[in-house]
Amino acid sequence: MNLHKQLVVIGGGPAGMAAAISAKENGIDDILILERGEFLGGILNQCIHAGFGLHTFNEELTGPEYATRYTDRIEALKIEYSLNTMVLSIKKDKTIVAVSRDKGLMNIKTEAVILAMGCRERTRGAINIAGSRPAGIFTAGTAQYYINIMGKTIGKKIVILGSGDIGLIMARRLTLEGAEVKTVLELLPYSNGLGRNIAQCLEDFDIPLMLSHTIVGITGKERLEGITIASVDEKLTPIPGSEQFIECDTLLLSVGLIPENELTTDAEVEIDQRTSGAVINENLETSVEGIFACGNVLHVHDLVDYVSDEAARAGKKATQYLKNGITKNEYKNIIAQNGVRYCVPQKFEKLTPETPLFFRVTTPCDRRFVAVFADGEAVYKKREAYLTPSEMQIIKLNDEICEKLNKATQISIELI
Amino acid sequence: MTERKMTCIICPRGCRMTVKYENNTLIECKDNFCARGPTYAKNEIAAPTRVLTSTIPTDSKTVPLMPVKTSKAIPKEQLFTAMKLVKTIRAKAPLKCGDVIYKDFMVQGTDLICGRNLKV
Repeated sequence: MNLHKQLVVIGGGPAGMAAAISAKENGIDDILILERGEFLGGILNQCIHAGFGLHTFNEELTGPEYATRYTDRIEALKIEYSLNTMVLSIKKDKTIVAVSRDKGLMNIKTEAVILAMGCRERTRGAINIAGSRPAGIFTAGTAQYYINIMGKTIGKKIVILGSGDIGLIMARRLTLEGAEVKTVLELLPYSNGLGRNIAQCLEDFDIPLMLSHTIVGITGKERLEGITIASVDEKLTPIPGSEQFIECDTLLLSVGLIPENELTTDAEVEIDQRTSGAVINENLETSVEGIFACGNVLHVHDLVDYVSDEAARAGKKATQYLKNGITKNEYKNIIAQNGVRYCVPQKFEKLTPETPLFFRVTTPCDRRFVAVFADGEAVYKKREAYLTPSEMQIIKLNDEICEKLNKATQISIELI
Repeated sequence: MTERKMTCIICPRGCRMTVKYENNTLIECKDNFCARGPTYAKNEIAAPTRVLTSTIPTDSKTVPLMPVKTSKAIPKEQLFTAMKLVKTIRAKAPLKCGDVIYKDFMVQGTDLICGRNLKV
């Protein structure tokens, strides 16, 4: 099947839906969303816990409720979408090859693409845990899918490695479902999960959080029988003699997320090694003209509200590109340094207050100033009581600061 | 009087507050960013409550589970009893996101509500 669409959105999760809705509301009618899964909504469908939407809707919704707000809007606006559809390739000239059981092979020519594929979990292979390979080892998100979408029981005695939010949420969910969550292990001396999740998912149920601990051995042939843990030193190396055995039948891994950028790379889009997502300008446009990126495929966000907001901007910018074309001149890089790990956007031509700067710090620190420098002058400075890599920081610029940054040649964001 | 640290769970900011209390009554709350902090601390000391979310089986082939939540927070110590009650409830299509699936769930005036649309 050969198709022509003005705008194609890859991914029907929170980012893809918000981007498509925004493009439609800004006047683009010929839109197609391609979604790999059975439903729109992406990961929200399995996140049955509350905590979404406080910024967007001013109320606390569950994942499926948050998704429904957007799917209802997609239906009302009659935005076309194709489910169970896998995109196989995107080329630089914006031709897309996709396949689905109903429609077969689809060759789609389009004028603009919004990448909204989200991210996937790091697995056991990514963190090199030694030992045998029995059943009972899941990534936290896969376990969440089995329990919340399929209604399966995954195990009785659980250990969770990694204190990211999905791991913490699953600790509570499994406890309420009658399993015994023995402990949550964290390699680092601090947790990367939200404080509220440590309080309401672990402390509420007296589940111990063991910081500076990792797994050094897996026991079990057919099914997991137990794990050997050890404490680690400041170089994160296991300390000999500190090993202890924990009996368990299930191990969940909540050890980080990787933006899913195979298609992005296929389209020859430049990738930022720090975010593992595309390098973008202030219009969320990648290094390939007319290809935009938003949501977790661009950089991993803490809150879906921020994803929706960013994706809506991508939809609007893609619309402007389709209507006017975007004229490109010289870009200036925003250098992230001195305690700042990355900044999105990475480069810009002309900043406006519409574009926030997102960044993360390298290590936890307190009582520091976040500063944006334009040719050596601190044009933005804010004191922060506490900064941690697990919390994405947002700088909202005003007209005056934008003007100074637009005039400058050397721009950096750093901690002082 | 007791003094302890308490993480506010009202929003993702998760303020690490210092609270002082006596006989289940809040005396002082510090290090909170907004006014919701002391309100949370007051309730948390007197009678902690939580919103319960879970899933229930449906009669649909494509959507085997309906996500549900309590319309209001229920007493924290009732969470496990509430889960036993959740296990007895079934969802029958058609349902809309926000529909009440079980009225007066655990507490009068608190309902168990549907989290997604379910077509026949």
